[in-house]
Formats: sequence, structure tokens, C-alpha cells
Amino acid sequence: MADIAGPPRRRGLRISRGWLPYVLSLPALLACIGILIPFFTAVAYSLQRYRLSQPWAHKWNWGENYLNFMSDPSFWNTLRVSMTYAFLTVGLELLLGLGIALLLQKRTRFNNFVSIMLLMPLMTAPALASLMWKLMTNPGFGILSYFAALIGLEDFRWASSPQTAMLTVVLVDMWVYTPFIMILLLAGLRSLPQQPFEAAALDGVPRLFVFWRITLPMLTPFLLTAVLFRVIESIQQFDIIYAMTQGGPGDKLTVFQVEAYLNFFQSTNVGRSAALLMILWVITYILSTIFIKQWLKLRERQRGET
Amino acid sequence: MDTQSTLEKVLRGIAITAVILFFMFPIFWIFLMSFQTNETILRVPPSIVFEPTLTNYKALITGRLESTAGALEIEFMSNLFNSAYLSTMAVIVGLILGVPAAYAFGRLKFRGSEDIAFTLLSFRFAPPLLVLLPLTIYFQQIGLANTYFGLIWVYQLIVLPLILWIVRGYFEDIPADIEYAYRIAGHGFWATFRKIALPLAMPGIAAAGLLAFIFAWNNFIFALVLASADKQPVTVGALAFVTASGIQYGQIAAGIVLSILPTLALALYAQRYLVEGLSLGAVKG
Repeated sequence: MADIAGPPRRRGLRISRGWLPYVLSLPALLACIGILIPFFTAVAYSLQRYRLSQPWAHKWNWGENYLNFMSDPSFWNTLRVSMTYAFLTVGLELLLGLGIALLLQKRTRFNNFVSIMLLMPLMTAPALASLMWKLMTNPGFGILSYFAALIGLEDFRWASSPQTAMLTVVLVDMWVYTPFIMILLLAGLRSLPQQPFEAAALDGVPRLFVFWRITLPMLTPFLLTAVLFRVIESIQQFDIIYAMTQGGPGDKLTVFQVEAYLNFFQSTNVGRSAALLMILWVITYILSTIFIKQWLKLRERQRGET
Repeated sequence: MDTQSTLEKVLRGIAITAVILFFMFPIFWIFLMSFQTNETILRVPPSIVFEPTLTNYKALITGRLESTAGALEIEFMSNLFNSAYLSTMAVIVGLILGVPAAYAFGRLKFRGSEDIAFTLLSFRFAPPLLVLLPLTIYFQQIGLANTYFGLIWVYQLIVLPLILWIVRGYFEDIPADIEYAYRIAGHGFWATFRKIALPLAMPGIAAAGLLAFIFAWNNFIFALVLASADKQPVTVGALAFVTASGIQYGQIAAGIVLSILPTLALALYAQRYLVEGLSLGAVKG
């Protein structure tokens, strides 16, 4: 590249070629340092006994916050609730998203129109989506409560009942994020080479067989990318759950970020809150490392084809 | 593959109808609710036949909410303004910071560029509260607590990775030869960047900007933690509004409609870029 830099020199300030990329990316990096410093602060907090209500007792206790988790049932509850939430939402969204993508696979005007309409939930702020569903599941006038009563579920309490709170937030999550998986898989399906399908059709291969042996394997990179992306986001879900029940009823929905938020602002236990978030960070870091590799592979492939 | 039996067509029709119902009904229903008074909302059984009224929107826009307990001042319009201001500024700052960096990462490829680009990308996946909680304490100390500036800075956490990775892909797609030719003709680096690279990457920059705007607008957690009432965007404001207005369901619905309308409109406008943006530039729609 250096040999291109030769031509006539122009007047004015010149930044040498070697420094140029650094100069260009420096502002973005500086903005991010403001984000990196608090990250390290959080690491430090997680190793301290730190309660906002007892500033005098603020001291290092090293791993104690983490050790306490071992015998802390509410920590295991948080872990279990977060995992359940991530597993249920991503699993159901994957099945539904794949199903819809297959339904809309053909490039017809109608299918394109539907796929664009389906993007609307995804573009709705998750916190506001929760409010919408809250209005629809209101015991007094909610249309969904009414429907539930119609099919014989009298006094169905949706998010306010410990039995159905998880179901309700999972439903909202599905409403918002299924279109994400659908739209990625649809793009994937439509970008697959046609020859294998044409050959299979000529040979009269059963459609179910085509799906399992040709469509699914070829779609795998898209599936993996979409699923990993969603798992990383889902295990950190805050907006939907906080806007719907603030973690309740009881501790039914205290996923990592909700629990950390409540620890910080309600019980002002900064140390425990930071330790919780560190554990969540480790989980998402591992997942995102796998994800980024997968994502890069897909990116290279897609770019290579165009 | 065109050998569809009648049965299959019917099943497909039912499935698509069910899908459309599930995803469209909530928006449709809240939209209807926003034109109703409490009286018609509370009817049993619910019905889609009612006398539409604009009182809910009027109450929100004038900022006065009349209820049985008396009049209540509401800040909803200022929340709407905050959303617009914060998202617009976050995108402008994000573009100013992100586009040159994207060019550096995409075209110039320097030592460590991949590592830095990935570090920036990994911010996208870290739990936001991890950074936000210490920031509340820092922001108090350095006077950034509850300022637009502080919020716009934090918004870069979601805006920058998006802009960086989408725009980078566009810069990579421009044949380097065009730029070289222009430079050999005697033009400097900045001129080349401005006259050649930027215009050619403009679709990508526009797409990234629109998407970043949508994500910034829809963000909830940053402002929940860092902003007080007068700086809150609609996402946080609407939640407070629900608590404050109590049983004024029509107004809540109208507030939700006003809050989601801008992003839905933008999404429809930018729909051909959505796939690419949502996959951070990995998949082209």
C-alpha cells in the first residue's frame, strides 16, 4: 500500500501514512475508554464488601461475594431463572422463526409484504412491548384475559401469578424477537444455491427428506448465528421482565440483570450486584467468542458470494 | 416444488393467518384502545365497535390529564422530545466517531486493527448494567449525572459497534482501485476519502444511521439507570406514566402508540437494510 502514497505532495498538514489509521480510529477508541474504565471498576467492586448504606464498611473482601453465592439459594434461583428464560425463549423462537421462514420462502409479493409486517414487533422497544402486553393481560379489561376466560381459564392471572409469570414474559419475548430469527433464516433460505433442490425435485426425493438432508444442513450457519446471537441477548434480558413485573412475583423472574439492578438500587449491595454481573459477563463472553467466530465465517461466506 | 395439494394450501393459509394474527394483533389492539375512553375500554365483552375519540392524544399533547381525582400534569411530550434528541445526537456522534474508524478498519488494515474492531464489537454483547452501575457513581462525581452529554456518550455503547461493522463492510466492498486511481491523479488522502470513499459508502452509512437511531430510541436500560425524569426518553417515561396515571388506560395506549410510531415508520422506510443491520453486516438481505 505504501507505494501508492507517492504522487505529488499537497500543501498543508500531512499525517504520515503509518499513523493515519490510528488517527482515524482514535476518537472512537477514546469514547470507548470511558466504557472500559467502569468495566474495571465493576471488577473491583465485585471483590469488595460494598454497601451504599454502610460506606464505612467499604473494604476488599476478595472472593467472598463469589464464595457466598455457593450457599446462597437466591443466586441459584437467579441462575436457574435466567437459564430457563434463555432456553425457552430461544428454543421456541427458533422453531417458530424457522417455520415462518419456510412458509414465506418463496419470493412472492404477498410473502415479502408479510415478512416486512412481521418486522414491526422487532422494531418496537421491548419495554414498550411489555406495556402493550400488560394492557392486554389486565385482569379487568385485558383482551387476552377475556380470551382466556372464553376458553375456560377463569381468572387467568398472566404475569401476576407465580405459575404463569414466566409464560407471560416468554410470550412477550417471542412476540418481539421471533421476527429476528425469522428474518435471518429467510435471508439464509433465499440465498441457498438452487441446484441441489432442483436435482432432488427431478429425482422425486420426498420433501421431508429434502428438508432434513439438504435445507437444514445448508442453513446451519444461519441457524447457529441467529441462535447464538439470541442466547447472548436473552440471558441478559432486562427490559421486558423489568417493565412487566420488576422481577416478581416474589423472585420468580429475577434474572441476572434484574437481580443485579434490584441489589444495587434497593438493597444497595454494590458488591453482590457487581459479582452477579461478572458471572453473567463470563457467560456472555464465552458465548460471544463462539458467536463472533461463527458470525465471521458467515460474513466471509456471504461477502464472497456477492 | 410447485406440486401443492389443496389440503396443503389450506394448511399454509391457516398457518400464515395465525402468524399474522399473533404478531399484528397487539399493535392493532393498542392502536384501537388509544382512540377509546375508559368507558369503552372497560366494556365486557370487549368489542371493536366504538365511537373513536381523540381526547387521549389531546391530553398527552397538551400535557394535562383530566381524571376523576383532578387534573394531572404529564411530561409525556418532553419524554418524546428527549427520545428524539438523544437518539439523533447519539447517531450523529456515532457517525462522526465511527465512520472514520470504519474506514481505518475496512480499508487501511493496520496492526491490531482486527483486535480493536473485535473489542469494540464485544461491547455489544457485554451486560450493559456491568458498566452502567459504576458509571452512576462516576457520573455523580464528574457532574455528568443526568446530562444529555453523559447519556449520549453511553449510547455509543450500542450505536458505535453497529455503525462500525456495517460501514466497514461497505468500505471493503468499494474496489480499492478507484481510490488509488483518484490518488494517482494527484489528490490527497482527505480529498479521496471525502470525494470517493464517503459517497460510495453512503448507502451503508445511511442504513447504519437509521438502524442506530432505532436501537437508540428503543433503549431502556441506559436512561433508566442514568437519567432523572426531565431527561428520560419515552421508553422509561412510559413506564413511569403507567404508574402515575393509574387507570387512564386510553392515555397509556395513546402514549405507547406515539412512542412506537417513529421507529415503526423508520423501519418500514429502511426495511431493505434491516437484515444487514440486524446481523451487524454479516448477512445481506
